[in-house]
Amino acid sequence: MARAISTRRKLTFSILGWAIGLLIFFPILWTFLTSFKTEGTAIATPPQFLFFDWTLENYHEVQARSNYMKHVTNSIVISVGSTLIGLALAIPAAWAMAFSPTKRTKDVLMWMLSTKMMPPVGVLVPLYLIFRDWGLLDTRLGLVAVLTMINLPIIVWMLYTYFKEIPGEILEAARMDGASLMKEIVYVLTPMAVPGIASTMLLNIILAWNEAFWTLNLSAANAAPLTAFIASYSSPEGLFWAKLSAASTMAIAPILIMGWFSQKQLVRGLTFGAVK
Amino acid sequence: MATHQTRATARIMMSPAVILLFLWMIVPLVMTLYFSFLRYNLLMPGTEEFVGFLNYKYFLTDPSFFTALGNTLTLVGGTLLITVIGGILLALVLDQPFFGQGIVRLLVIAPFFVMPTVSALVWKNMLMHPVNGLFAWIARSFGFQPIDWFAEVPLFSIILIVAWQWLPFATLILLTALQSLDGEQIEAAEMDGAGALSRFFYLVLPHMSRAITVVILIQTIFLLSVFAEILVTTNGGPGIQTTNITYLIYAQALLQFDVGGASAGGIVAVILANIVAFFLIRLIGKNLER
Repeated sequence: MARAISTRRKLTFSILGWAIGLLIFFPILWTFLTSFKTEGTAIATPPQFLFFDWTLENYHEVQARSNYMKHVTNSIVISVGSTLIGLALAIPAAWAMAFSPTKRTKDVLMWMLSTKMMPPVGVLVPLYLIFRDWGLLDTRLGLVAVLTMINLPIIVWMLYTYFKEIPGEILEAARMDGASLMKEIVYVLTPMAVPGIASTMLLNIILAWNEAFWTLNLSAANAAPLTAFIASYSSPEGLFWAKLSAASTMAIAPILIMGWFSQKQLVRGLTFGAVK
Repeated sequence: MATHQTRATARIMMSPAVILLFLWMIVPLVMTLYFSFLRYNLLMPGTEEFVGFLNYKYFLTDPSFFTALGNTLTLVGGTLLITVIGGILLALVLDQPFFGQGIVRLLVIAPFFVMPTVSALVWKNMLMHPVNGLFAWIARSFGFQPIDWFAEVPLFSIILIVAWQWLPFATLILLTALQSLDGEQIEAAEMDGAGALSRFFYLVLPHMSRAITVVILIQTIFLLSVFAEILVTTNGGPGIQTTNITYLIYAQALLQFDVGGASAGGIVAVILANIVAFFLIRLIGKNLER
């Protein structure tokens, strides 16, 4: 495609693109900036954009007033835990479906996808009652279990689309050379599958970190991850903007950075391979 | 190629995931179905009895059901309208070569990674606050009366927040589709004298139609279940102006402890979602065959 692009055209689109980008990003930027203000500066009119006395006070305050580290730990345990268990269940399944497909493989995949379509309120009542009776309400274990099952279809699907891309000829070549199934898996397939597994893991940690139906309904003080902790700012603490901002910034920063790294996989993961 | 033995191995490898997912789906669903035919309130233990379709009758004839259904459709429709049109325009801009393209792309997709409770609270408190919010300040600096967002247009405010969260998703998918468009085709059309508008409507839009359908269907599935944004901003109010089906059932189950009624509502929600799911599954299934 050898089309000369005029500098003027490029400049116009630069200005337009940056304006739109900054506009969309603004609420996040604003939260970040506000987290370094005092409560007084935060609600000042006219708003202070950059030239105020930057302070780390709010970050101290959030840690001091609440058990912030506990909620961070909960978020990490729940999102990483559910993703790892999900991977342990999904890798063999996706592997089998990609490398020894049968007539029913497609139906199994579609069925898995269909479980994802079930609205959570459809099973809220029984799940709540089961959790209550089994003592799983407000426990990390319970949330890990639920999030594992919620994301399992996505994990299987993503892995399946990645495994599918590993050329079958390589397997045949290995078999011709007399490699056993075990050797084939360990030495040939695994190295080729690692990137796909890594991006699946990344995207699912993000999804689990931000999940806000089950975490809000099934957790209280003990197992509450950051989603539920931030929800406690809805009133009246929401009026303390600087503290809300500091808590929010800490809750979203790590996952935003991970998200930026996984942007390519996002499309594949969330469209179940329908758009690549 | 697949021998008897490898097929057996494959079945064993698949079974844990399949069995667990099957139990996860079928057990609660059967329980919901069973509860939906009972009079069952957690506040009155021991009074459970079979009441047939009474819960469904109450749920479906309750005026708040129709309000909630209307709110759900408005929320889904409004958000789709903003995100699909916005997403197409954004994708067209981001597809052009310009300085710092990669960075702008990162800025645009960022809202998707913000947890729903954070984005809802930041928008509600810091941007839409009628006195100190940034929007109020902007309105006043231009000499307008600031809008009291959550009092005057509560549902629209929630639509704005949800649309902000989902715009990156639509943009990213539409951009991916756009980038797979054959540049030579466009050039040929250009040489034949096709203007920018007709190039868009006859070449670009048809090329993106599949991706647009995917965006609409997937977003609909998720948007039918919007919950956290409502819980932390309005609690479904004022009145029930921002109560959607999901929130209505949540309130019935965990605020009024009406297990029977909430279960009937849950089944209704499952049926509604399944109508959308049917089309999505067909679309993705077709793609799998190619």
